[in-house]
Amino acid sequence: MNTYTQITAVTGMNIRSLPQRLGTSSVIVIGIAGVVAVFVSVLAMSTGIVKTLSNSGRDDRAIVVRTGSSSELTSNLQQAAGLTIADAAGVRRGADGKPLASAEGVRIVNLVRTDGLEANAPIRGITSQGLAMRSEFKLIEGRMFTPGVNELVIGRAAQRIYRDSKVGQVLDVNDATWTIVGVFESGGDSHESELLTDADTSNSAFRRGNSFQSMTVQLDSPEAYETFRNAITTNPSLQVEVKREREFYQAQTKTISNILSIVAYVVGGIMAVGALFGALNALYSAVSTRAREIATLRAIGFGSTAVVVSVFVEALVLALLGGLIGAALAWLVFNGHAVNTSGGGLGGQLVFDLTVTPKLIAIGVVGACSLGLLGGLLPAIRAARLPIATALRAV
Amino acid sequence: MKYFMLIWAGIWRKPVRTILTMLSIVVAFLLFGMLQGVNQGINSQLANNNGNRLWTISRMSQVQAIPIGHMSRIKTVAGVREVAHLSFFGGYFQDSRNSIGAFATNIDAFANVYPELRITPEMVQAMQTTRTGAVIGKPLAEKFKWKVGDQIPIGMPTMSNKAGSNTYMFDIVGIFDPTPEIANSPLGTGFWFNYDYFTEARAFGAGSVHQYITTITDARKAGEISSAIDKLFANSPDETRTQTEAASLQAQLKQLADINFIVNAIVGAVLFTLLFLTANTMMQSVRERIPELAVLRTLGFSSTSMLVLVLSESFLLCAFAAMLGLGLGAIGLRGLGTMIGITAIPTIVVVMGIGIAALLALASGLPPALRAQRLNIVDALAGR
Repeated sequence: MNTYTQITAVTGMNIRSLPQRLGTSSVIVIGIAGVVAVFVSVLAMSTGIVKTLSNSGRDDRAIVVRTGSSSELTSNLQQAAGLTIADAAGVRRGADGKPLASAEGVRIVNLVRTDGLEANAPIRGITSQGLAMRSEFKLIEGRMFTPGVNELVIGRAAQRIYRDSKVGQVLDVNDATWTIVGVFESGGDSHESELLTDADTSNSAFRRGNSFQSMTVQLDSPEAYETFRNAITTNPSLQVEVKREREFYQAQTKTISNILSIVAYVVGGIMAVGALFGALNALYSAVSTRAREIATLRAIGFGSTAVVVSVFVEALVLALLGGLIGAALAWLVFNGHAVNTSGGGLGGQLVFDLTVTPKLIAIGVVGACSLGLLGGLLPAIRAARLPIATALRAV
Repeated sequence: MKYFMLIWAGIWRKPVRTILTMLSIVVAFLLFGMLQGVNQGINSQLANNNGNRLWTISRMSQVQAIPIGHMSRIKTVAGVREVAHLSFFGGYFQDSRNSIGAFATNIDAFANVYPELRITPEMVQAMQTTRTGAVIGKPLAEKFKWKVGDQIPIGMPTMSNKAGSNTYMFDIVGIFDPTPEIANSPLGTGFWFNYDYFTEARAFGAGSVHQYITTITDARKAGEISSAIDKLFANSPDETRTQTEAASLQAQLKQLADINFIVNAIVGAVLFTLLFLTANTMMQSVRERIPELAVLRTLGFSSTSMLVLVLSESFLLCAFAAMLGLGLGAIGLRGLGTMIGITAIPTIVVVMGIGIAALLALASGLPPALRAQRLNIVDALAGR
């Protein structure tokens, strides 16, 4: 009988006898499922944040903040600077000849979340050019706010986590009342975690005079970025930094996304080591349960290769099953689940969805299989080296 | 205890299996120790805060400024001992990536309100005689190698001064040595300078602070006094929210993540898997030794002693491995914990760990123990 037939025969026998070893087999499956589920869930958080923030911003827009500001909240610019920036080369002009530039500021207010706790909610003061520039912005309910009146539109993601967030809801902020008049969506980016109102109304309500925090400009084209950047940074009257809008938002997630990755790999790694020991244990006992059977096979002439492969395949099948179950658990329970956290430099709460992508599932399953192979190695070697005569007599 | 050798022999019947099982338990308790250590560490840090300190911030949000004028009115509330204020300005040193937590404060009151920072009267004196003076904590001084007498320029993007620049010069007049509990907090690593210097230097925003910290005479009256303070400013343009320090920190932390839930979820998943593994191992081990246990029975051991034998094996295995795991977890936390300021596993976590180990031993050892107790000698001897 050639090697290939031997391998298929022994492996087939092994797999068919798995139900007899249900207890030990399920240990491997459950152990690895646990590891993969936790690992994938934590990475899903990181993926969710990165996805939300990389959806934010377009390549043909740029953001200007004060030098040294890591985020909009720590930046502060005056009206005069704003006019200079808007007039710089590279900024597209609207049909009326005015530059498409929006001076915006974010204020933080305390709103109650659905879980009863208060959280920092960002209210962005936006100009009409700002709204015009953002083609991804769509009203999905209600109407737009009227400038000069204390009205807000709330982002779809923000609406999910704050308690009093329906259209028509009146909010008590500082000593004034604000009414939510509409809901918007903007392609799943970070602005959906915000509330928007008119910039001038916001400035007077929060007594900020004419200062603002950031200026978003529409560029003539993505390539015009360099021209714009040169014009701004070489102007001695301005102390500002320019970034492409998308890069600006991506930079904000770097810290938290790194932390989540570290947690995923450290906790996942430790759990994987534990699962490895469990798998080794289970496979060793599988081999010893089958000791007589393996010895018989070898006595009648099956080569040790067939035995080794059969143990490996058993390990792989169980690990694969565990990996798939773990990934499926993570996907079922967590995918699309809205999570919110204070998003670093964004100041207020950032809402994002846990995203279990096919790539994550693949990573989980591959990890599970590697665990299976690692765990199967030593027991497979032991199976191949069983002394036949002793094993035949074994109890 | 005379049966200890019997129990020991039973455990080491199959050395490889026992070692692997122990290692799994060690890993699980290592994770438990570290994760719950961090979780409970955070909880106890919040609880440890001085019960008679209240924080007052703007009702709108903690980044909104409130007028300096509020201070004299807060002092009129009964039960208030001293009022300090602080304003956060962030700032950076040389490069915008070297961020410094710079705060403006009234240093005399501040030193009294936070005795654990150990700001000495000499430092307060020096600050009051040097307008541009600053006191910093030892960790910050060591990080940038600053000494008393150094002149430090700090860039503050949010605050232009009247000369139009964003850089402010400070003289280090004191380096305080905070207690370990507060050393890693923003207060311990802060850069503290005089509020008065700042007021006259800044171009706008004068006359306001970010937060008041009030010490009160009786911690039990914290709720009353908090409401009394907030009532002073209700229905004004600058309403306040006053809470104990612990409650404030809790609220801030809850905004970051529900850490408690996450830790408990992960630990729960790990322990469940472990239970499965250990139970399986114990059952297999006993099943293989049924004939041997039958021999013991024929020698005269009672059925109850079989139960006790198996349970003791289970307990010994789990207890030893759990202790080892917790010990390793303590070492791991000491190494990694410096980042978050929690470096030791709180006692409660150790107690929880022991409890869980005992439960694990019971749950995984009881079914096989009952089986051993009820074995029929004749059948068992025959291997059936």
